[in-house]
Amino acid sequence: MMLRVLAFFAIAFSAITATPQALTDIEFQGRLKRLESELRCLVCQNQTLADSNATLAEDLRREVRALATSGKSDDEIKQYLVARYGDFVLYKPPLQRNTWLLWLGPFGLLLGGGFVWYAILRRRKRAAAEDDEDTGAGTRPDDAVARARQAIYEEP
Amino acid sequence: MKSWRLILPLAVFAVLLAFLWLGLSLDPREVPSPLIGKPAPAFALATLHEPAKTLTSDDMKGQVWLLNVWASWCVSCRTEHPLLMQLARANVVPIVGLDYKDKPADGRAWLAQNGDPYRVSIVDQDGRVGIDFGVYGVPETFVVDKQGVIRFKQIGPVTAESLDQKILPLVRQLQKS
Repeated sequence: MMLRVLAFFAIAFSAITATPQALTDIEFQGRLKRLESELRCLVCQNQTLADSNATLAEDLRREVRALATSGKSDDEIKQYLVARYGDFVLYKPPLQRNTWLLWLGPFGLLLGGGFVWYAILRRRKRAAAEDDEDTGAGTRPDDAVARARQAIYEEP
Repeated sequence: MKSWRLILPLAVFAVLLAFLWLGLSLDPREVPSPLIGKPAPAFALATLHEPAKTLTSDDMKGQVWLLNVWASWCVSCRTEHPLLMQLARANVVPIVGLDYKDKPADGRAWLAQNGDPYRVSIVDQDGRVGIDFGVYGVPETFVVDKQGVIRFKQIGPVTAESLDQKILPLVRQLQKS
């Protein structure tokens, strides 16, 4: 009888503890997977650690797993790899002095393009306004041809 | 006004061309090591020929030395091997061999067959020390100064050119200081 009660409690207890254990394990695997997909395999270069079958990638996955199990944070693990392989291991480069052009360049180009677009629009508007002043209403096609001819042949 | 309009696209094109041209001469396989100028990672590994003995990073302090990462399975190690043999014969600088992710028996057989240029060879069977050194493509060669600071890293096989132009001048300069 005593044994049965004990067994019951043992099973009940293990049922209670097993579920959170399994959950944290899934979370842990998910975390590893996410970390590995943010890190570059240095041998294949265009694959992440998670995707690569290279032996170095295997070793680095093992290292990442060991560090994560020992309680290191994601940033500490990344720092560990950056210290050995440089920023290149990170798929998302950090914003620092040698990468600001990479991060801000596209916005600069967008700004430049926007400026050119704005300038062209303004000039067109002004030209249209001048045309209206010259002829009263819209322009006749002959005038446009004459203007084009003038633009081509008579400007320096 | 008109000439400005003509020149601008040309200038943009020239800049683009310059970047593309530069890109052609860059080797994307060469990842600059963050370890240059930093102390060489500490290690304590069994030697290849006498597995009971270990070599530690402190054993090499006080002299300029080369760490050459090699393996018996490494194909391009064969191309640099004659140069290493020459260098060893000239007795300019001690070379330590790091037998990377290799079976010690295979490593010993390889050296017996091809010649052994190393002052001492150490075995890194699981590749841990290799990771500490940021090794990703064997062969790799590090120049370490008297204080144990890494001064240069050659990725890929040592060539006569890299030896004459970079490694040996650096070694001589470091030995003087």
